[in-house]
Amino acid sequence: MDMNVMSEELKNDIAKAEAGAHPAKMSGRGVNVFYGEKQAIFNVDLDIIKNEVTALIGPSGCGKSTFLRCLNRMNDTIDICRVTGDLLLDGKNIYDKDIDVVELRARVGMVFQKPNPFPKSIFENIAYGPRIHGLARNKSDIEEIVVTSLQKAGLFNEVKDRLEEPGTGLSGGQQQRLCIARAIAVSPEVILMDEPCSALDPIATAIVEELIDELRENYTIAIVTHSMQQAARVSQRTAMFHLGKLIEVGETDQMFTNPKHELTQDYITGRYG
Amino acid sequence: MTDITTGTLPSGRPSQSETQKRTRARNAAEARFKAYGIAAISIGIFFLVTLLYAIFTNGMGAFQQTFVKVSIPLEQQAVDAAEASVVKTSKYRGIIENALAAKIADRGYQTEFTDPRKLGDILSSGAPSQLREYVLAHPGEIGKTVDFQFLASSRADGYLKGRVSRESLAQDKNLDAGHLDLVDQMLKDGVVVKHFNMDFITGADASDSRPEQAGIGVAMLGSLFMMLVVLFLSLPIGVAASIYLEEFAPQNRFTDIIEVNIANLAAVPSIVFGILGLAAFIQFANLPQSAPLVGGLVLTLMTLPTIIISTRASLKAVPPSIREAALGVGASKMQAIFHHVLPLAAPGILTGTIIGLAQALGETAPLLLIGMVGFIASNYPTGIASGFLSPNSAMPAQIFEWAKRADPAFYERAWGGIIILLGFLAIMNITAIILRKKFERRW
Repeated sequence: MDMNVMSEELKNDIAKAEAGAHPAKMSGRGVNVFYGEKQAIFNVDLDIIKNEVTALIGPSGCGKSTFLRCLNRMNDTIDICRVTGDLLLDGKNIYDKDIDVVELRARVGMVFQKPNPFPKSIFENIAYGPRIHGLARNKSDIEEIVVTSLQKAGLFNEVKDRLEEPGTGLSGGQQQRLCIARAIAVSPEVILMDEPCSALDPIATAIVEELIDELRENYTIAIVTHSMQQAARVSQRTAMFHLGKLIEVGETDQMFTNPKHELTQDYITGRYG
Repeated sequence: MTDITTGTLPSGRPSQSETQKRTRARNAAEARFKAYGIAAISIGIFFLVTLLYAIFTNGMGAFQQTFVKVSIPLEQQAVDAAEASVVKTSKYRGIIENALAAKIADRGYQTEFTDPRKLGDILSSGAPSQLREYVLAHPGEIGKTVDFQFLASSRADGYLKGRVSRESLAQDKNLDAGHLDLVDQMLKDGVVVKHFNMDFITGADASDSRPEQAGIGVAMLGSLFMMLVVLFLSLPIGVAASIYLEEFAPQNRFTDIIEVNIANLAAVPSIVFGILGLAAFIQFANLPQSAPLVGGLVLTLMTLPTIIISTRASLKAVPPSIREAALGVGASKMQAIFHHVLPLAAPGILTGTIIGLAQALGETAPLLLIGMVGFIASNYPTGIASGFLSPNSAMPAQIFEWAKRADPAFYERAWGGIIILLGFLAIMNITAIILRKKFERRW
C-alpha cells in the first residue's frame, strides 16, 4: 500500500456516498488488474453512483479503459488478463463463481469507442439482444422494444422509414446512437461507454452528449473520455487515473474548479498529457 | 511536450542539380521495376496461352469421332445362329462384314480387298457388341433392314484426323493403305462421317484395342462420389476445428504445436496421403479397394489443412469490434461466433472450401496407391451405394491411364480428358467467385 495516493478525504467521500442519498450502483474495492506479468491497475477503490454519470479521465495508458472493461468483465476475453479485488454490482461481487457473465453483461451494457453496429439491418441490430435474452414473446413485443430503444436514443425520427436498411449505412454519429439504442434494448442497469465520441464530429458529439445526459435519469453511466470538456459537460463525478492508480475522485464541478491533486490540476488544465 | 524550434536540422538542403539527379535516378528505378513486372506477367501469359493452345489443339479431336454408316438386314436365321454360337460377337461381326461388303459392291467402290473380313477392319472391334445389344433390345426389328452407325476403327479415325497416313500404316498390322483408299471414297459419298461424339463425355473406359470407344463418363462419376465424400467430411470437420482453434482453444504450447503441424500438413506431398490411406483405410479398416469412398477419405485428409487454414484466416479477418458488440449486449461466446462472426466469415470459408475441393478434384498420386487407376472405370455404378463402394477411377487418374497407354489414339483422349477436367475446375472457381461476391454484397 506504499503506492496508495488516495487521500483521507476521498475515503470519506466514498463512505458518505455509500451511506447517504447517493447509493453506489457499482463499486470497486482494492482492484488490481494484470496483463500477464504486467500490472495495469493498482489497488483501485471507486464507486459508480446510481443515476449519475461518472467520467473516468487520465492520460493514454492510465488504465481507465481497463477498469471500465472490468465492470462487465469484457476483459475475460483476453486470455492473459487477471483481476483481483472486489467489484460489486448492487453489493454482489461480479467475479464470483456463481455469476453468469452473459447475464452480467445484459445488466451492464457497453458502448464502444468505434461505432460497431452489426452488419445487419437497423431493426435487427436492436432486436438481437432482446431476442437472445428472451425479453420478447412475440413479434410485436420486439417491435415495441426496437421503437422505444430508438426513441430513447433519439434516433427514431431519423431512421423510422428505413429500419430494414443496414445499420452500417448510417453516419458515424447515428451509428453510435444505434449502438446506444442496442445497449438500451436489453434493459441494462448500468451502461459503460468507452470514449463513445472519439470517432465523431463535434455536432454528432453534442447530440450524443445530450443523450447521455438524458439517459442518466434511468441508467447509471460510466464513461471514459479524453476530452476534459466532455467530462465537465456530461458527468456528475469524475475519477482521475494515472499510471494505473486512481489519483482523485470527486464531484465534477469541484474537481474542475478546485482539484485537490497536483496531477489532476496539470492534466485538466492541459499542462500534462 | 518538446519545443520544436530548439532542434537543429542537418546542415543545408542539397543543391538543385543534385536534387534533379536524384529524382531522375528514382524515376528510372521505378520505370525499371515496372518493366520487370510487365516482363514477368508477359512470360506467364505466354506460357498460359501455349498451354491452352496445346490442350485444345490436341484435345478437341477426342470430342469428334468417325462413324461408318451400314444398313444391316437383321435376318432371324443369322441372329439365331449367332446367339447359338460360343463366341457370339464373332458371328455378329460376320453379319456386319457381309453387309459392309454388300454396300461397297452396291456403291461400286474400287477396292483391292475381296475378303469381307479384311473390309471389316475399318470398323471398331466394338461394332459387333453394339449390333448384338441392339438386337437384344429390339427383338421386334428382326426381319427388317436397320441403318446403323458404327464407330470406325481408331486407325481410320486417325486418318480423318491427320494422325495416320499411308506411310505410317506400312508398319501397322491393324490397317492397310488400301483401306484408306476405301475410306476416301466412302467419305466423299457420306458413308463415312465425322461428328460430335457424346460417348466420350458420358462413356466408360475401353480396353487397349478399342481407343475409339473410350469415354471419361464413369471416371467422372467416380470423381463426383469422391467429391461428395470430401465435401461432407472436410467442410464440417474443418470448420469446427478452425472455430475451436481460433476462438476457444487456450493459447499454449500444445495449441502452438497443433497450429504448426496443420501448416506442415498442407505441404505434405499428396502421395504420402495415398500411402496413409492404403495402410489405414484399406489394410487396417478393410474398406474395399479402388472405392470412391476410400478415395474421398484420403482426399479429405488432404483437403482438411487447406480448409482449416483458409477458415481460420477468414475468422481472423472478422473485426474484433463485431465480437465485442455481440458480447457487449450479453451474447455468449458461442452466440457471438455463430450469429455474427461465422456469417461474416462465410464467403472466405466457402472460397477456401471450393478451392480445396478443386485441388482434390485434380489430385492423381494418392489415387494410384489406393487402386483407383483408370482401366477399372469400365462399368457404370448401379446405384448410390455402388457409386461409393464399387471400384472406380477418377478423372485425373483416367487421364493418367490414357496418357501412359501405347496407342497414340489414347493420347488424344488424354488431352480431351484434360479439357473436361479444366472445365470442371473453371466452373468450381467461378462458383467460388460468384458466392463470394454474392455474400459480400449483402450490405
